[in-house]
Amino acid sequence: MIVEFGHFALILALLVAAFQTVVPFVGARRRDARLMNVAEPAAISQFILLAMAFVALMHAYVTSDFSVANVAANSHSTKPMLYKISGVWGNHEGSMMLWVLILALFGAAVALFGNNLPPTMKATVLSVQASIALAFLLFILLTSDPFLRLNPAPADGNGLNPILQDPALAFHPPFLYTGYVGFSIAFSFAIAALIEGRIDAAWARWVRPWTLAAWMFLTIGIAMGSWWAYYELGWGGWWFWDPVENASFMPWLAGTALLHSALVMEKREALKVWTILLAILTFSLSLMGAFIVRSGVLTSVHSFAVDPARGVFILGIMVLFTGGGLALFALRAKEMRIGGLFQPISREGTLVFNNLLLVTSTATVLIGTLYPLVLEGLTGEKISVGPPFFNMTFGPIMVPLLLALPFGPLLAWKRGDLLGVSQRLVFAIVGALLLAAVAYAMFNRGPSLAPFGIALGAFVMLGAVTEWATRIKLGAAPLDEVVRRATNLPRSNYGTLLAHFGVGLMVVGIVGTTAYQEEHILVMKPGESLAIAGYDATFTGVKPQSGPNYREDIASFDISRGGSVVTTLAPSKRLYDAPPQPTTESGILASWLGDLYIVIGDQQAGTDGYAVRAYFNPLVRFIWIGALIMFIGGGISLSDRRLRVGAPVKSRRATVVAAE
Amino acid sequence: MTRKQKRGVMIGAGVATLALAAILVLFAMKDSIVFFHTPSDIAEKHIPAGQRIRLGGLVADGSVQRGQGTTVTFKVTDTLKDIPVAFTGVLPDLFREGQGVVAEGKLDANGVFVADSVLAKHDENYMPAEVKKSLEERGVKLGNSAHPEGATKP
Repeated sequence: MIVEFGHFALILALLVAAFQTVVPFVGARRRDARLMNVAEPAAISQFILLAMAFVALMHAYVTSDFSVANVAANSHSTKPMLYKISGVWGNHEGSMMLWVLILALFGAAVALFGNNLPPTMKATVLSVQASIALAFLLFILLTSDPFLRLNPAPADGNGLNPILQDPALAFHPPFLYTGYVGFSIAFSFAIAALIEGRIDAAWARWVRPWTLAAWMFLTIGIAMGSWWAYYELGWGGWWFWDPVENASFMPWLAGTALLHSALVMEKREALKVWTILLAILTFSLSLMGAFIVRSGVLTSVHSFAVDPARGVFILGIMVLFTGGGLALFALRAKEMRIGGLFQPISREGTLVFNNLLLVTSTATVLIGTLYPLVLEGLTGEKISVGPPFFNMTFGPIMVPLLLALPFGPLLAWKRGDLLGVSQRLVFAIVGALLLAAVAYAMFNRGPSLAPFGIALGAFVMLGAVTEWATRIKLGAAPLDEVVRRATNLPRSNYGTLLAHFGVGLMVVGIVGTTAYQEEHILVMKPGESLAIAGYDATFTGVKPQSGPNYREDIASFDISRGGSVVTTLAPSKRLYDAPPQPTTESGILASWLGDLYIVIGDQQAGTDGYAVRAYFNPLVRFIWIGALIMFIGGGISLSDRRLRVGAPVKSRRATVVAAE
Repeated sequence: MTRKQKRGVMIGAGVATLALAAILVLFAMKDSIVFFHTPSDIAEKHIPAGQRIRLGGLVADGSVQRGQGTTVTFKVTDTLKDIPVAFTGVLPDLFREGQGVVAEGKLDANGVFVADSVLAKHDENYMPAEVKKSLEERGVKLGNSAHPEGATKP
């Protein structure tokens, strides 16, 4: 009954979305307030209906109602409760439900919080947003209906892929989708702006908080996925340049560019046409990501539940919205007044540089990701483009970006003083080089460029500290003034500082773990030990053990350092009951200097020895901590902006001061 | 700076960045692209030893030699030709005989394919697209029992 209720709510949501697409749009064109005003309740009721449908599906999962085909195919009665819930979005149909739910959530949020928008703008934005929801709801109901019943119902379900039964992966899709789908708001605003012909600083001010929110969630979503791959897949790596990873990374790169170009548009009324284009492209890349992940056109390690036939439908949605958006852009861009040009050495100059490099890097990732598809279409030749390609193209483009990053926020708008800023950054440059020397002395091996990589990350971090010190006049003003300035510094400033600091920390982690990883593959018998990165790992044997829905062979390694016991690591090989699938669980000893990471392989024929793969991954946790800091920075910045969103232009002066 | 100079700087920076990126992409394409072959392709095309390729097919029944030190050997087949493969490391969880697999590495002088990664896939109902297509082109019938998954050695 609840399932039919959910199905009904889903169909009703489709009708509401259709209504919301047409009526407010017509209203906005005719300047008819009555027609425009329906957008708000429609957006909210669309969200409520989808939430009801989603809860109904979740209820079917939680109660293990195997008469629902989707539940039978993807759940199992013995699965722990957390994974019964996360199992809702651990499959194709459910993840599309999550997608439309978040789409509607953003629409409802604009309806509720967008009070400062001009009525025609708001109605048009909500109409465009509803048209996206309409396309995806049609997709769900026509090809991927999660509410279909089975008769007779099976006694139990097929279960969820055991590698998805993991806490980090339970929360990874909601965060990732909030990011992906959040860019739909920027898209809707861009389309509305093109239709309305209104593109100005105010537009950028409306769009930025939504873009920032989407960006934050995408950042943390990607980081969670990477963290999961690191400890769950047992390969010791954290990023594989796999098509599915790239699919999430491209919207992130474009979204980061969008955040920065919208800043120029807001403060200097420049880059307007460019920002609109970026908004369209960012969401298009999100749609392309959905297509790549859902269709399985590219061979990927991470794609789940792919179906080429459904992929074609998503391709259609992507072509419709990207093509439509770009066609509209081509038609209207000519009529827009291009903003003024400006000095290359200025804050806006560095932001243009940022955009240039971020967009170029997005393009290289796009080329590397799609090239196999294009080549196979043209010549039938099958190739793969692996990590070396991306390291050779993406890496060098990031270097100038990171070098320029600390200069940007320190340069003034309009006309910057490069020499003065360089003098302020002397401390950061010297500090970074010192750290590089320390890294070189500590590791004393690895690629000769690696210490410079560490220095680059440290430069970005210390640059953020320098910016903070400059803004609060640390050392240049009496202490009470410094404290006053530190407390009065706007939250958006703190957000930027933190996010940039997080980027630097992440770079340090990436360079450290890539350049200085230590790896051993060997056969170990009980009692034998392995010396790795200053630790001694003694293998003490393997025991069978039972979990809630799996059995495992669990190994134990006594880890000691300098003779004293640190901990015991217990990597294992699991065999899940439903579906009957083996997984490898890693044993990890994490520390600030790096992770000791052990997985076990096959038992040696006729003996109690095991193949063992052990790594030391230096500084690896800084990668995810860096991402977390970026997320927090985004949140702090957003909390500032929310206060201003209500009354953006009350006093022109106040806004300018706050933005400094 | 005059308006013209400013525009010049902007356009110059843009063109320079794009040119640099294009050069990087072309170089990387030349050096780091890996072609995909089936065992029959390798027999027909005489792939030289030492060239990096991807080998795809099914893990031949009865060919997997596990538990002999850290190197696992098996054969990859497209039912017409077999290629022996040696892989040092921990194999993917879902690696099983009779199922699809993609390995990346080089042929050695004796015709043994020395893999440094066995392609990763963690959905049990999945068959790498290249393997499926190649096998179908050669008329090999596939059931629903393809379970490739993977491990890689950096």
